Amino acid sequence: MAQIIIKGLRKEFGAFTAVQSSSFTIEDGEFFMLLGPSGCGKTTTLRMIAGLELPSAGEIWIDGEEVAQKPASQRDIAFVFQMFALYPHMNVRKNISYPLISQGMPKAQVTAKVAEVAKILGITDILDRPVGGLSGGDRQRVALGRAIVRDPKAFMMDEPLGALDAEFREHMSLELRALHDRMGATTVYVTHDQLEAMQMGDKIVVMNHGVIEQFGRPQDIYDKPATMFVAEFIGSPCMNLMRFDGRVAPGATAVTVANVPLTIPRQHDGLSGPMAFGVRPEHIQLTTDGAFRAEVRATEYLGTTQIVTLKTAQGEVKARTGSEHRISAGDSVGLGFDARTVTLFDATSGHALRSDLNAGVLQNV
Amino acid sequence: MSDVQLTGISKSFGSQAAIKAMTMDIPDGSFVVLLGPTGAGKTTTLRLIAGLETPDAGDIAINGRSILHDSPAERNVAMVFQQYSLYPHLTVRENLAFPLRSPMLRTPEAEIASKVAQVAEVLRIPHKLDNKATHLSGGEMQRVSIGRALVRTPSLFLMDEPLSSLDAKLRADLRIELKRIQSDLGATFLYVTHDQIEAMTMATHVGVLDAGHLVQFGTPREIYENPANLYVAGRLGLPRINALPAGLFAGAPVGAKTIGLRPEHIMQGDGKPAQVVRVEHLGDQTRLHLLLDGHDVTTLTDPHSALHPGDTIAIQPRAALYFDASGTRIA
Repeated sequence: MAQIIIKGLRKEFGAFTAVQSSSFTIEDGEFFMLLGPSGCGKTTTLRMIAGLELPSAGEIWIDGEEVAQKPASQRDIAFVFQMFALYPHMNVRKNISYPLISQGMPKAQVTAKVAEVAKILGITDILDRPVGGLSGGDRQRVALGRAIVRDPKAFMMDEPLGALDAEFREHMSLELRALHDRMGATTVYVTHDQLEAMQMGDKIVVMNHGVIEQFGRPQDIYDKPATMFVAEFIGSPCMNLMRFDGRVAPGATAVTVANVPLTIPRQHDGLSGPMAFGVRPEHIQLTTDGAFRAEVRATEYLGTTQIVTLKTAQGEVKARTGSEHRISAGDSVGLGFDARTVTLFDATSGHALRSDLNAGVLQNV
Repeated sequence: MSDVQLTGISKSFGSQAAIKAMTMDIPDGSFVVLLGPTGAGKTTTLRLIAGLETPDAGDIAINGRSILHDSPAERNVAMVFQQYSLYPHLTVRENLAFPLRSPMLRTPEAEIASKVAQVAEVLRIPHKLDNKATHLSGGEMQRVSIGRALVRTPSLFLMDEPLSSLDAKLRADLRIELKRIQSDLGATFLYVTHDQIEAMTMATHVGVLDAGHLVQFGTPREIYENPANLYVAGRLGLPRINALPAGLFAGAPVGAKTIGLRPEHIMQGDGKPAQVVRVEHLGDQTRLHLLLDGHDVTTLTDPHSALHPGDTIAIQPRAALYFDASGTRIA
């Protein structure tokens, strides 16, 4: 298994830059997510690591060896695609053993290896079935089997669950993660689904327009977004960004929004001009009095919690509260913000201002 | 607007029974969501009301009058499908006006113009009226196809997963939008989905379908807090309710086979030891996957929980639901 180091990796297609100079390290055994909207460069990055695209510049180190300009066949990586491509005329056993036979492995060894992989994936009883009649989940397991049977240094997965329906996807994501925990193989996984990334990943790289916006542990990215893009991309509903013109000085512990002073984590940076006050929906309390006023536009019941959509002078804001609070559209409420969790952003550059909350995390960007 | 009654409706396709003796009252001005997995009979119900299918037995009445012998056009219902089907060569304005230009309706031009303007306002697309239908984003196209239903002021709106082909953000916006349109118009909506979030957030009433049976009909809160059986309990709630052998914890009533524990109804601190298998930090909450006497259990904990796989915690139920051997709720 392997550590993967990416240094200054860049890819241009003609005049279009798909990936801007990117650097990050994937530790040995990590389940690593490349997350972003379509066109952000995540799949291109994955394909460069796998050797399906050659980078325009930069280095890729796999297990201590620089492989950026080497073909895929020399990198010892297995790729799992969204559309599980199985050989339709072969049975399950032949599909899984194919990569080994094409490597010239002795037959007895192939048989043992296939049996081992089938046991890991729980598909021993379907080994002699044709792949044509298999359920979506079993097909996905066979595709995984074909990838893991080679004992590659790392796995590259490009939205492997993207084609499955929501319920089954939930199940497969748990299964995939459990498989990873048993095997401990370095895995790089591309997705545009932020929940999937949070749920499965040890670390996440968030990309947008070919640029790495943030790189870190899921909870850190959620709590301490480095940019306004990350704040809005992660979380459902996403972080509220209330835009205002204001001023903070280094050391400040409050900021004035719409003439109301609001407490914030102690600031390290100063700024004067267009800013955004970032607060997650679950960190907003609704009160009867309170100086920061809002009007309830809609409530959405979600079982134990509800999402309340509010109209404020700073635009629309969503709060998550317990569903035992009876709130109706048209109510006038005060908003309280959990001061420890607030992030201020420079609305011009989109970057978070450093504070006692996020300084530790943002230093690594 | 209108109320709709289905009485003992059955429908089979060959030997396959799609709808089994369904009786349902859709009150005037309600937003009824039919929830169920693929094949539960949701879309067939819509098609029966629209007149695209004929029931084998039973009656359908709108405002107390049976409509079984009315043609689809005479029923004055509007249907919105998952795949927006707009006329690509026409502008948004022409697409919206199209249903009013039907020879059956003979709507005067001035009325068409004012109606289209009014609907465009409701849908917040007045600035797009002169765009070609193909020069719109996915969300705008779906709004236009909803708009085509709105211009006719039908007695009932039938919607078949209208949001399912849109991306997550747009879906969230349109959920609120649709709800607003429905309550502004005071219209009656019958809406089909397999997405529990849509059902919970938009519905005044949810009808849960299981293999052609309407198994429960009530407000989202009733369905969530007071499910009639194990199947219904599993349809709402994310993560899904934990269904465990009733004997796992003390206090199960006589006859209980299964205890249903919603993830938020598992208390930590006292009770039976459970092993932490996996910790998922989702940001606003952390999911714990536990192993309790060989059973998988999912629960929620503090976002910044320091628990790790391999740790042992004690858990016990709070507000448990109990089901008998047939899955029927008994406590």
